[in-house]
Amino acid sequence: MKSTEIEKAKEYKYGFTTDIESIKAPKGLSKEVIQFISKIKKEPKWMLDWRLKAFDRLKKMKEPNWQKPKYPKINYQELYYYSAPKSAQDKPKSLDEVDPKLLETYAKLGIPLKEQEKLSGVAVDAVFDSVSVATTFKDKLTEKGIIFCPISEAIKKHPDLVKKYLGSVIPITDHYFATLNSAVFTDGSFVYIPEGVRCPMELSTYFRINASETGQFERTLIIADKGSYVSYLEGCTAPMRDENQLHAANVELIALDDAEIKYSTVQNWYPGDENGKGGIYNFVTKRGACRGKNSKISWTQVETGSAITWKYPSCILQGDNSVGEFYSIAITNNHQKADTGTKMIHLGKNTKSKIISKGISAGKADNTYRGLVDINKKALNSRNYTQCDSLLMGNKCGAHTVPYIKNKNSSSVVEHEATTSKINEEQLYYCNQRGLNQEEAVSLIVNGFCKEVLQQLPMEFAVEAQKLVGISLEGSVG
Amino acid sequence: MLKIKNLQASVDKKSILKGLNLTIKPGELHAIMGPNGSGKSTLANVLSGKNGYKISGEIIFEGENLNDIPIEKRAQKGIFLAFQYPLEIPGVNTNIFLKTSLNSIRKSKGKKEVDTLAFLKLVKEKSSELGIDEKILSRQLNVGFSGGEKKKNEILQMKILDPVFSILDETDSGLDIDALKIIAKGVNSSRDSKKSFLVITHYQRLLDYIKPDFVHVLSDGKIIKTGCGELAEELEKTGYSKLN
Repeated sequence: MKSTEIEKAKEYKYGFTTDIESIKAPKGLSKEVIQFISKIKKEPKWMLDWRLKAFDRLKKMKEPNWQKPKYPKINYQELYYYSAPKSAQDKPKSLDEVDPKLLETYAKLGIPLKEQEKLSGVAVDAVFDSVSVATTFKDKLTEKGIIFCPISEAIKKHPDLVKKYLGSVIPITDHYFATLNSAVFTDGSFVYIPEGVRCPMELSTYFRINASETGQFERTLIIADKGSYVSYLEGCTAPMRDENQLHAANVELIALDDAEIKYSTVQNWYPGDENGKGGIYNFVTKRGACRGKNSKISWTQVETGSAITWKYPSCILQGDNSVGEFYSIAITNNHQKADTGTKMIHLGKNTKSKIISKGISAGKADNTYRGLVDINKKALNSRNYTQCDSLLMGNKCGAHTVPYIKNKNSSSVVEHEATTSKINEEQLYYCNQRGLNQEEAVSLIVNGFCKEVLQQLPMEFAVEAQKLVGISLEGSVG
Repeated sequence: MLKIKNLQASVDKKSILKGLNLTIKPGELHAIMGPNGSGKSTLANVLSGKNGYKISGEIIFEGENLNDIPIEKRAQKGIFLAFQYPLEIPGVNTNIFLKTSLNSIRKSKGKKEVDTLAFLKLVKEKSSELGIDEKILSRQLNVGFSGGEKKKNEILQMKILDPVFSILDETDSGLDIDALKIIAKGVNSSRDSKKSFLVITHYQRLLDYIKPDFVHVLSDGKIIKTGCGELAEELEKTGYSKLN
């Protein structure tokens, strides 16, 4: 974009102000808004072009409509695609000003006070523990040549890597929400692990200072070069108090020869109230490419929040002997809906995939596992094992399993097991008789049901996830 | 300890307990015998507070009417039921279950929770006292346990939770003699002047190892005969039918 055009964008009839504290793009989706985002982020021209290409494409696309949970039409012209971080004056001054119900949840999760302040957006000044933590963290990573920074920074500092890999797993033509994200993404994480390096710590969004301010269109790109290893934790354990709001994030993972990426998510966005009012639409595209031979990508997700969760973290197993894994817990309560699962695309020889899905449905919620296992003609001697278990609590909820299996060669084997059960009254009785109240009993039984997935999580996440499982189902029985 | 007055219980309009009276004093061990379908297990369930029964009459436990008290509150007050068919809970470690249970009970009494170390020490002590392999506690709760292991696990739980009133619902059925001795040891080593037991059994066999203060015969939802230990022996010889 030429500088005159930027000037024009600046003079756009809604009027952009340049004061960073109060910057807000006008409502709606337009070329001008995309130009505005790109300009604010001081992006190079190639990035803007890329966004605009996505936007052109978007105009020809339609929102998908095949999913089970339906939602009222989203008016994309009514949304804000960029708003600068709220100024400190707008934020609650202390925890006293934060919704007590929210604090109650934090307390139950055992989140330390300092962290509570951060999660609920309390304006804390520079004296914040994690700032120093993050700095020492960064030094250690830099030493190993690991790049871990906001993607907006990577676009400027590491353009070659970003150009090479951004959109290489989720192309800008992919589908409506992914393309929308490509056009308007605001920030997210960028990770590059150099050849032969084992990342010495779990990387987590929590440690990235600006994490709490990333927008609703996050973009994450993780590249594990040959023979490297990284474990990445994406945590939003903060219930966000929001009206129905769209979150359309894109996450791309690339594993080269002999590399391994482990990506764990604990998602606890605001699910809406007991009557189904409000809550997040969590429409996220997550896809990993096992591009090199012997590479491995493992997704673990614990989805307890959001009004609607609609996502399929997937693996494209291109390299020979590559491995894809998907471990999922999806809990829906009250009026929540989830349509989630995975896609395992076997392209290379001797590729293996494993899918363990645990769906728990309570209240009036609806929970669908939808998964594709596609074994290509050339993916000789490949294997998939799928296990989908659903647990129902009460009579008003639903659970569905929709597997799509395509095995196009005779040397490959696909196994699929599925069970649906109701929470067992006798088990509850047994727990009650040992002094556990209804909620403790439910939490214990459901955690047992989810154990295979929970044990995939890194320690620090597992404990929190276990508590979250219990909290999400409070009041669902009896 | 426990006073049951004119207890009636029915399920789906089918009357099972039909006016049962029983008084158990601190330190006493009562045995209940009776033919199949006489209401033995229903009595155990109703005392523990299990849902699904229509109840009339009174159950007074340590001076308090239990009628409106939920299951877990009764357990916290010290009522323990060794299940006839202990439930399997997949994915739940037996130790963790038991520690959660112990701490729920302690919390309800305003006591401090025990930490993992203290808990494991307690487990070791109680399991070696009974001669039970503590390894069963690191397995998933009752999953893949043999019948004998399940019953031993119930008794071990009883020892660890240390209730004032224990109900054993046919804990002896299907056990070999060695397992039976472990069960008996668990009960006998717990007996003191404050604790009471209600042992439900089909056979006199268990009562060779556990000496009851009273034996009651339950038939068609009522206690039709009460005696001391000899009554059990007599029943073994003559059968229940003679009593009617």
